[in-house]
Amino acid sequence: MSAHEVIIVGGGPAGLAAAAELHRLGIRDTVVLEREQHAGGVPRHCRHRGFGWVEFRRILTGPAYAQRLLEHAAGAVVRTGTTVTAIGSGGAVQVAGPGGRETLRAARVLLATGARETPRAARLVSGTRPWGVFTTGTLQQMVYLAGLRPCRRAVVVGSELVAFSSLLTLRHAGARAVALLEESGTVLAPGPARLVARAVFGTRVITGARVVAIQGAPRVTGVEIEHPGGRETIACDGVVFSGRFVPETALLRPSHLEVDPGCGGPVVDQYARTTDPIYLAAGNLLRPVEASWTAWAEGRAAARVIAASLRGTLPEAHHHTRLEPAGSVRYISPQRIAHPAPLPAALPFNLRVDHPLRGRLRVMADSRELWGERRTLLPERRVLLPLPAGRMAAVAEAMVEVADPVAL
Amino acid sequence: MQCDVAIIGGGVVGLAILRRLSMGGVTAVLLEKGADILSGASKGNSALLHTGFDAPPGSLELACMRAGYAEYLEIRERLNLPLVETGGLVVAWTPAEAARLPAILAQAHGNGVVDAALMDAPALHAREPGLAPGALGAVLVPGEHVIDGWSAPLAYAHQAMAHGAAILRGCTVEGGEREGDAWVLATSRGEVRAPVVINAAGLYADHVERIARTPPFTIRPRKGQFVVFDKTAWPLVNAIILPVPTERTKGVLVCRTAYGNVLAGPTAEDVDERESPTVDEAVLEWLVRKARALVPGLAGHGVNAVYAGLRPATESKDYRIEALADRGWITVAGIRSTGLTGSLGIASHVAGLYARHFGALREAPVPVWTPVPNLCETGQRPWQAAAPGEVVCHCELVTRHEIEAALSGPLPAGDLGGLKRRTRCLMGRCQGFYCGWRVMQLAAGRLPDACAEPLAP
Repeated sequence: MSAHEVIIVGGGPAGLAAAAELHRLGIRDTVVLEREQHAGGVPRHCRHRGFGWVEFRRILTGPAYAQRLLEHAAGAVVRTGTTVTAIGSGGAVQVAGPGGRETLRAARVLLATGARETPRAARLVSGTRPWGVFTTGTLQQMVYLAGLRPCRRAVVVGSELVAFSSLLTLRHAGARAVALLEESGTVLAPGPARLVARAVFGTRVITGARVVAIQGAPRVTGVEIEHPGGRETIACDGVVFSGRFVPETALLRPSHLEVDPGCGGPVVDQYARTTDPIYLAAGNLLRPVEASWTAWAEGRAAARVIAASLRGTLPEAHHHTRLEPAGSVRYISPQRIAHPAPLPAALPFNLRVDHPLRGRLRVMADSRELWGERRTLLPERRVLLPLPAGRMAAVAEAMVEVADPVAL
Repeated sequence: MQCDVAIIGGGVVGLAILRRLSMGGVTAVLLEKGADILSGASKGNSALLHTGFDAPPGSLELACMRAGYAEYLEIRERLNLPLVETGGLVVAWTPAEAARLPAILAQAHGNGVVDAALMDAPALHAREPGLAPGALGAVLVPGEHVIDGWSAPLAYAHQAMAHGAAILRGCTVEGGEREGDAWVLATSRGEVRAPVVINAAGLYADHVERIARTPPFTIRPRKGQFVVFDKTAWPLVNAIILPVPTERTKGVLVCRTAYGNVLAGPTAEDVDERESPTVDEAVLEWLVRKARALVPGLAGHGVNAVYAGLRPATESKDYRIEALADRGWITVAGIRSTGLTGSLGIASHVAGLYARHFGALREAPVPVWTPVPNLCETGQRPWQAAAPGEVVCHCELVTRHEIEAALSGPLPAGDLGGLKRRTRCLMGRCQGFYCGWRVMQLAAGRLPDACAEPLAP
């Protein structure tokens, strides 16, 4: 069994940022395990520009950004084509690689396995099950990595930012997005997204629209939809289900680490430590889903915690304050506050609500308000909670809720 | 093309018959209209190996199941076919259901399943800790098992081919005439001439039967929808958890799959469709709720896949297997949920009919065994080997070698579904998010429906 100082599971922005930062902090024995043939993560197949400003003061395409992340992580060993099949107590990591299976061990393990979109099956969508139905991720990789055009006329489901990646990718492939469907009443991506879709891509944007059934076999021929104007069938040979990211927790579920059903990621404290302090987590594994620079920042912050804990400047937690979401608060991550807290938090307290609303966002303990502020909250926007961790050492459990809510 | 026997239909039943006859020295060809074998009823079922404990006493169905069950156990190791020894539990939740357990047990014993036994509630919950509280008792049937419903017929196909059988895919039978002592079948791939035709056309058995006679039955497809939970749920379920059946259906079961998932289904819906059965959001949601009511721990686990299968039901419950001695025709129809278990038994029964009416069988002195790659979670998989090479599908841990092997050989995957059934690629929790592009790249030009076209340079 080979032992390392740090093992990083996942070579995307969070994992590679952590590897680079660990090296900068003088940790010299870091191994990044990446199951794909190339490290870099999701940006590798996001061909559009918009990456790297926070990190490198450059505006880069996804692949260029991934390349730069990899260059900065040159101090670590990056093992590609290497799949982690199980994690265990004591930092034991089961690995399957081109050379067979082995067990690795490390003093600290950073989990940075990212997130993926919810595919059609898990959405329980009605209809036939033809070829031609995929996620944005599959679409991007087929176009940009395999050089294939998977369809010519697509319907895109969802209106998070990633849906607009679909539009770009389809256009690059010489295909047309005939419609973009959003279940809720408004487009979720920020800015003038609806206008952009229509003016730049010639895509009809339909809000309040639900997929009634997928049609066709063996290839998709159309989508029947329902919207405020009634029912209609849109002819297409491709359907892209975009967004609704879920953390990739396949390794955590069977492990000894606790998973938060609310956000789908591991239970962590403000130092990115899971319920076993040997294991830390960063990036979109924590919760769905933030931009690459956030994952990058979290990876860096987790690396600093790892360095501090290896050097003994960050003690293990003595006890925790558990944060419980209530009412329209869907989740909060980190889910607990570790005490003592001698260093500033590595991860901000990040919450999401389940519908657009206005009200007093507050943290309650034994019917006492510890913190509160009037806010307008939208479901797909990140909301940061400036919790006074140091002053909460005596609180065992605190509730995060929106008082006097008014739905928007 | 000329041979002794033409079998119409490449489902598990047709393939088992093809295997049996070709191992008996009969020159046989199988005609399948789909792009691959298992394109009809056989592609969507619960993949269980049944004891026949609840089959109609004295029926041909029971006899074929018992024989098929025994033969599967006898041959499975030589074909590298798995057996997940789960046992089955018919669970009673109401006093009325509990009152029916002794009759279910008596039927099981009468059917020769002598190790079936009653279980009280404490023993039941001890054996099945994931089960929701409140069960009143169960009938335990230790011999009910989970198998790989796609690899088994694939193995039968390979073994048949190793004994000289031919399989024509994309071959629709359009009609046929009896000319002298032989049938001349008109197919989309030319004329096929054979003294004996076996109708194993499943969902189209009544259409095919018209070639020989006015069909004495009509196929009335009965749809079953299923949901497949993530592999993370596998430890929650031990046995095949069955409800006390009603007159109409055996009801919704929850069980492990050979691939390491938890399966819930099927529904039983009479439909008109014979192709591409649809799934329905409301029904799938109901199945998910139902499964989580039976096994509350499933609430924390996602759904990986959903599917629907069609049972080729007829007006009556029993198998319709019959030889028309004067017309060189054997009908094998109305094989519903028990076809996977019964197939080997059906094949022996059909071989008996063939020998009695049409010609002798000469058993191969040294049969050829054609083991298939293991896809079962409990056995060794190629990714666990010393030098597995590239892992393409991360959720199901499918290697590039496995995908390439499935795209070549004597019976390469005929379509994307066939590739998935042979390897498990694209069948996991991400449904292709990570590896879809790579599978398409490997399959490009080799599958008709991997129909992504190359981008212009």
